[in-house]
Amino acid sequence: MSGLCNHALHGTGLAGNTASPVHRLDPRAKVVGLLGLTVVAVTTPLHAWPVYAACAAVLAVVAAVAGVGPRTLWHRIRFLIPLVLFVAVFLPFVRGGSQVELGPLSVSQAGLAAFAAVSIKAVLGTLSAVLLGATTTFPSTLRALELLRVPRLFVLIAGFVYRYLFVVVDEVQRMRAALAARGYHPRSALQAAAIGRVATALFLRAHARGERVYLAMLSRGYAGSVPALDSLRFGPADAVFVAVVAALILPVRILEVVA
Amino acid sequence: MTCVLDAHDLRYRYPDGREALRGLDLTIGHGERVAVLGPNGAGKTTFVFHLNGLLRGDGRLEVAGVEVEDKSMRELRARVGLVFQDPDDQLFMPTVRDDVAFGPLNLGLDRDRALVRVEQALAAVRMEHAVDRAPHQLSMGERRRVAIATVLAMQPELLVLDEPTANLDPRARRELLQVLDRIDRTMLVVTHDLPFAAELCERAVILSAGRIVADGACCAILADERMLSEHDLELPAGFDPSRVAPDGQSRALRLRQRSRTRASRGWEQQISALPSAGGSTGSGL
Repeated sequence: MSGLCNHALHGTGLAGNTASPVHRLDPRAKVVGLLGLTVVAVTTPLHAWPVYAACAAVLAVVAAVAGVGPRTLWHRIRFLIPLVLFVAVFLPFVRGGSQVELGPLSVSQAGLAAFAAVSIKAVLGTLSAVLLGATTTFPSTLRALELLRVPRLFVLIAGFVYRYLFVVVDEVQRMRAALAARGYHPRSALQAAAIGRVATALFLRAHARGERVYLAMLSRGYAGSVPALDSLRFGPADAVFVAVVAALILPVRILEVVA
Repeated sequence: MTCVLDAHDLRYRYPDGREALRGLDLTIGHGERVAVLGPNGAGKTTFVFHLNGLLRGDGRLEVAGVEVEDKSMRELRARVGLVFQDPDDQLFMPTVRDDVAFGPLNLGLDRDRALVRVEQALAAVRMEHAVDRAPHQLSMGERRRVAIATVLAMQPELLVLDEPTANLDPRARRELLQVLDRIDRTMLVVTHDLPFAAELCERAVILSAGRIVADGACCAILADERMLSEHDLELPAGFDPSRVAPDGQSRALRLRQRSRTRASRGWEQQISALPSAGGSTGSGL
């Protein structure tokens, strides 16, 4: 957890050359472009490898222009590996069809291909999100979502999560320290009850804080809607970015489906 | 003298039956800086929450020329700036700019005027450099100053600070004192940091068990050791209030008298030249 805190949470999350053309794009262009890419990758049939190649090429170019290096990307997507493995690792064993000997194991060839395709989809989707996060601050992303007509309530909730995640993480760390300071060192499942009480305390604290935040909002004239300082400009460069991403991916996707 | 705050026989009982305010009387004039001193549990925060109608008790309460009642809430909250004890409660928007603009936009200002207010309020607390940052990236002292800016941006007639020095290290506390000292506005400072009160405020009242039990010049109140200990208050060992205010006036008052004779180029003058959405500009003195 602390790695995540130090790296992604307590900074802006930006990486690479923060003055690059990609960083300077309107966040709406990046959200539309990268989200579109993710949707294309995820909805593509399993065998459509050219589409994956096109998506990967676009992401590679975006990363290169933004100056986000492979180390940063690897550092930020590695948490994905256990998830993908957990979901997809059984595919090669449960699919039928011709079998391949893989050392001592006998696996389905179709299953292996499906496993590879699912992994690629996950990596492409995550890379898109990571690149968005590395080139756009979270507040700008929220503003973009709001302007793209995502329901305000969702954007508001995401904003509060972002704002208070740090506060809650700090509280969890303090409570863990308090447990450790009093010799808490669970050796059996029975002793894990203390974790439950920590969770309860955390919930109650979060609830009390929610009340106080609401009072603070009322104090500054909150009357049901959060006003926005709208200062984004969608310029020609942004349109070009979206158009280029679409031009590189959509034809491949369409040809692949027709074929 | 017109009053910024006029409370008479204010009473409040929490839903669990605990009596927090038991007949509180307090009058504060324009331009005064008043410290409300009291131990934990004296009803300080409860009283503060009454000032902009977050809590409603029995008795009569008029703040910034507005009777506290249902139909006056909007105006009341525009005129009373409340700075919460925990800046993490006060700063709820993703960036400092959004947070400081929240109040002015709610007052109905357009974007450009709101941004001018943001700039001025952050300059007043010396936090201009943090405008694009997220609150969690700031130190506690910086968060406190931004929290004050969020309220200043609304140009309230009365500035109310709840325990402003809580969790601050000596340097952040000193910076906060300097920032507040330059703000020319009626101020109510709720605290049990007695030296802080002595440096900032010329008048002090003691709130104990839901009542005002003492009211007078800050240095006189702080010099009465017996009364302080009766109400569970205590000066730090070796602190001599008369040295903060050697001629019977607080340092704050002397500074303000000096600054009044100087050419006026404070930020309040710039701000009060702007049209105000809250009705009155309320530029303090």
